[in-house]
Amino acid sequence: MSPLLTVEDLRVSFPTRIGLVEAVRGVTFSLGRERLGIVGESGSGKSQTGRAIMGLTPPHARITAKTLNFDGIDLLKASARQRRDLRGNRVAMILQDPKYSLNPVMTIGRQIVETLRTHRKIGASEAKERAIAMLEAVQIRDAARVFNLHPHEVSGGMGQRAMIAMMLIAEPELLIADEPTSALDVTVQLDVLGILDKLVSERGMGLIFVSHDLRLVSSFCDRVIVMYAGRIVEEIAAADLRNARHPYTQGLLSCMPDIGNDRHPLPVLDRKPEWAL
Amino acid sequence: MNIAVSARDVTVIYEDFKALDSVSIAVEKGQSYGLVGESGSGKSTLLRAIAGLAPVFSGTLDVNGRTLKPRRRDKAFYRDVQMVFQDPYGSLHPRQTIDRLLQEPLAIHGIPDAEARIARALDEVGLGTGFRFRYSHQLSGGQRQRVAIARALIVEPSILLLDEPTSALDASVQAEVLNLLEQIRRDRGLTFLMVSHDLGVVTHMCDQLAVMRRGRVVEQLSASDLVEGRITADYTRNLMVASKGFVRTEA
Repeated sequence: MSPLLTVEDLRVSFPTRIGLVEAVRGVTFSLGRERLGIVGESGSGKSQTGRAIMGLTPPHARITAKTLNFDGIDLLKASARQRRDLRGNRVAMILQDPKYSLNPVMTIGRQIVETLRTHRKIGASEAKERAIAMLEAVQIRDAARVFNLHPHEVSGGMGQRAMIAMMLIAEPELLIADEPTSALDVTVQLDVLGILDKLVSERGMGLIFVSHDLRLVSSFCDRVIVMYAGRIVEEIAAADLRNARHPYTQGLLSCMPDIGNDRHPLPVLDRKPEWAL
Repeated sequence: MNIAVSARDVTVIYEDFKALDSVSIAVEKGQSYGLVGESGSGKSTLLRAIAGLAPVFSGTLDVNGRTLKPRRRDKAFYRDVQMVFQDPYGSLHPRQTIDRLLQEPLAIHGIPDAEARIARALDEVGLGTGFRFRYSHQLSGGQRQRVAIARALIVEPSILLLDEPTSALDASVQAEVLNLLEQIRRDRGLTFLMVSHDLGVVTHMCDQLAVMRRGRVVEQLSASDLVEGRITADYTRNLMVASKGFVRTEA
């Protein structure tokens, strides 16, 4: 089976006053119907990688790649209209903070229906039924009531579930989740991940999970890509993470405080200039 | 008297919302005390109540053996108690240089010898004097948080209130800042009262901790109790499980 997404030598650069800044510098990977984690610190290019696939890179940035292929479609040559047809339909993205990514002046229900009716020929009442069913699928109790609420009337966890419902309503084949749970409390975080996990495995989607939390990603994904300074420094099966070879991956793992493993002071990353080469 | 901060039956009410519901804690001098809980649990409100940033409806707060008046805090209090906030992007003045930022607390408290103190404070947080005349937007998140710590330390407080000091930082930078805080506490014999949603961070930094939920203290226990699983409240147990990461429930 050919992969769902092929990325080869992806580069994203931004012109600035001090010259061209390369945020992503030659990233190559392919994705099947699996859970792939992209991990790195802020500025490592992990979010820009996700955004380039989605087609949400700011217009002044420059994107080049040998291949950027989604299910046989060359994303670099695709017209704006083609990209628009893909976005929200076959490729969807969950953003970090529901406080900023939902439209504050539209009810949650209307936003979900809008996504659905943009991509499917479907009547208003049927769309509403499907939206409510989707809200139930992301474990929102009393979905019919939440359908009529505005985003400020629900909690962060509920907002993020609504966001997931909106992104999954058109049944995308590829889901990019950019720090989907970082703004949530730990206990809610696990609920949301559980929902995401269930939907991904039931629907056979490909998932790209972008996060700075290596431990969380490794417990959730099948495979992890570790990025540093715009490049992939290591690609490893999540189960083998303990045996990571690159000192950066090892450093990221060991610098987090661990309950029951008292280390004072905590080991810190000794950044080597050659990692960024 | 070896209690640095004590709160007895402190209640904070915002309009009709009870943010804190008769909370009592006692922090010994030189201790590092953690407050854990999810958003809305009242952990930050307790910190802000001590600092005089939240309206205390009832209850008493003692700092270093002196009972605080409900609203007014005197200058001596602010010299003794300093706070570091969560967001290093929002807590530094964007149009002031680091030098200007660090001069302000010295000027307020009439502390002489600003020149040498600023240089020393920057040194202590590992920034060096090269950062002195930069603006905060020229610094990374970790560097900014170091500046915020330097600003708190420059008036030589004995108690530091830390409101999620590392949750806006990357894991690797978090380790550096946590190490710095521990170092400073050892060197200066400070008392820490630290708020975090991360059980890992709190057990790493603190000897004693209180788990909060919906404005109440659910459980108070020592870090070693937590590590060894001597937990009585179900909620604490849930937090423990959650902090271990995602567990797939295979069908």
